[in-house]
Order: sequence, then structure tokens, then C-alpha cells
Amino acid sequence: MARVIVVTSGKGGVGKTTTSASFSSGLALRGHKTVVIDFDVGLRNLDLIMGCERRVVFDIVNVINGEAALSRALIKDKHCDNLFVLPASQTRDKDALRLEGVEKIIDELKETFEYIVCDSPAGIEHGAFSAMYFADEALVVTNPEVSSVRDSDRILGILAAKSKRAVDGLDPVKEHLLVTRYNPGRVAAGEMLSVEDIQEILRIPLLGVIPESESVLQASNAGTPAIHVDKSDVADAYKDVVARFMGEPVPMRFVTAEKVGFFKRLFGGR
Amino acid sequence: MSLIDKLVDYLRGPEKKTAAVAKERLQIILAHERAGRGSVAPEYLPALQEELLQVIAKYIHIDRDKIKVQLEKHGEYDVLELNVTLPEHQRPQ
Ligand SMILES: Nc1ncnc2c1ncn2[C@@H]1O[C@H](COP(=O)(O)OP(=O)(O)O)[C@@H](O)[C@H]1O
Ligand SMILES: [Mg+2]
Repeated sequence: MARVIVVTSGKGGVGKTTTSASFSSGLALRGHKTVVIDFDVGLRNLDLIMGCERRVVFDIVNVINGEAALSRALIKDKHCDNLFVLPASQTRDKDALRLEGVEKIIDELKETFEYIVCDSPAGIEHGAFSAMYFADEALVVTNPEVSSVRDSDRILGILAAKSKRAVDGLDPVKEHLLVTRYNPGRVAAGEMLSVEDIQEILRIPLLGVIPESESVLQASNAGTPAIHVDKSDVADAYKDVVARFMGEPVPMRFVTAEKVGFFKRLFGGR
Repeated sequence: MSLIDKLVDYLRGPEKKTAAVAKERLQIILAHERAGRGSVAPEYLPALQEELLQVIAKYIHIDRDKIKVQLEKHGEYDVLELNVTLPEHQRPQ
């Protein structure tokens, strides 16, 4: 049975697209047929992060409007055999993602794919709502920062009250907390909310912690999802997240600061 | 940070770290926001409130703002709360 997973947050710039790209790649690397949909109509960023921007011919709005068959709009990922990308359109019409249209696409994708990952736009408007409406599970991407935590709480409220599962009275959307752009050093210094703080406030199970890392920018420069960057902490962190999502008991990493050696402390370094 | 600064800091005692301030602020504002949205108020609530007010007014002479009807979420349950502040002289002895 196919699962629909929304990557959502409320706030912008917290790492939803970065996460959607790496999480869907991670599922595909494990052999699962996966499709990742960009719901950020008007902006369209996922294609750039996945490195397929020059192969976009048709997009999700073309499919909804009946201008292209779904199979023609899907782009095969260049790194993973099992992964396809459905790009957003750059239309300025914000209401282009009608729920019936989205539902038709998701139902069709469910026939072929095991996992359907929806990269939500920021905000709580129409686009974000259509991205989350059909979700079975949600990755709530949260930065250790007050406005991001507050917006995540807001999104959790909407998932619980307005998603299709809530409206139909089914089991609730399964929620996962993903703390990203985490800096354990600043947490240790009392300058940043800790994972425990965030968990205590949001009260949903923790799926993983992604450290703030320079490799993310390098990966996006190259159009390669961060999970593919060799020997990088983010890649390892995203692989852990996928493993935990599959139910493997993987201990949390990247939550505590590296021990700073005596000399580094003496001569500075940070 | 100079040695003097460090000494001053030390003598001042531990200052509240900004992360702790952030957590406290979030806990307060979210408790407030969750109460506001927790349970969507049913449509009959205003009418129910109005009728309750009329019934109470039949027996007790009381200001409208002394009567509060609200729906609250207590864990799994929605609790309909009716709060009537009786005027001084009508309180049972
Ligand atoms: N773990 C991370 N470390 C460092 N930078 C990150 C990390 N995750 C995301 N970023 C950066 O943050 C910015 C916003 O990320 P993005 O995934 O586009 O967020 P969103 O989709 O939520 O708006 C991008 O510039 C991205 O490179
Ligand atoms: Mg995005």
C-alpha cells in the first residue's frame, strides 16, 4: 500500500526542500519506488536541488489541467533508478492546485509508487494545504528557533483538524519531528533550543536531527541531494532518518557538540 | 572576553541563557494558541450561551459578563464549562 508523506513546516527556509530531496533519494536508494512532488507552485525549487531543472517539460499544473499525461511530466532522477520527480509549475495562479486535481494525480501515482513525498511550500495557504491534505505521514521540519517551533505547532494543529484523514475520521496523520540546521555547540552554550526542548514543546516523536552543515550549500550548488555527498555529516544524518523511518532502531547522532580539545580551546577555533 | 569581564560575569552569577528564555516564551504562547484552536467551537455555542444567560437571569439578577460559557479540551475530552460569578449579596451563606 502506497504511503503519502508530506514534508511541511509552516515557516520558510527551514529545510523542507533539502529534506524532500534527500529523504526521497534515501527511500529510492533502499530500492523503494518513490516519487517526489514539488508543491511550491510559483517558485519551483526542487528541480534545481535535484539537478533536473533542464529536463522539465511539463509540470503538475499541466497534468491537473489535462495538458499532459502524468507519465510525461515525471522526470527520472539521475542518481537513483527508483526515483522520479514531479516538478511544480511557475504559474502565478496560486489556486492552480485544486484538491480534486491533486487527488487524481496522487491516486494514479499510488498504482506505481510505494512512497509519494510531497514537498510543501511555506505558509498555511492553499499550496501548503493541498500538499498536506492527502498525507498519511508528515515530516515536520523544525529549526531550533522560536518562530519555526511556533509555526510547526500551527501546522500540527492543521494536520490534526483539517487533513483528509481528520475529515474522514480515519487514523490521524502520523507525525514525525525532524530538527534541522542544528548546531550542538550553540545548544551546549545555551544559545539555541535543544532537541529535547523542541520535543517537549511539540510533543511528537523525533525522527532525526540534521546538523547545520556546509555540505548542504555545496550539494545545492551541484544539483545533488545532500544525502549523496560523500563522508558528510548531513548525508549520514539523512540516511539515519530514512533508516528510522523504515523502523530500524538507529541511535541519534549529531546531537552533542564535538569535544573541543585543550589546544583548540586555548587558541580559539570557533 | 577579557579576564576582568569574565570575573564580572562570575560575580554576577548565572544569567538566564537565551535558549531557556526562548523555551519559556514558546511554552506560554503555545499554551495560549492551542487553547484558542484546540477544539473548534461548535456552531450552537453562541445560541446555547444566549439561552443559558436567559435562564440564569430568570433566577438571579446578574450582569451578562459575569456568566462565561466555554469549551475546553482536557486531554481526550471536550469540557463545556459554565462559569457564573454570583453577586456578593446572593452568595449562599
Ligand atoms: N542542514 C542544513 N545546513 C545548512 N544549510 C541548510 C541546511 N538545510 C537547509 N539549508 C539551507 O537553508 C536554505 C533553505 O533550505 P530549503 O530546503 O530550501 O528550505 P525550505 O524548502 O523549507 O524553504 C537553503 O539555502 C539551504 O541550503
Ligand atoms: Mg522549499
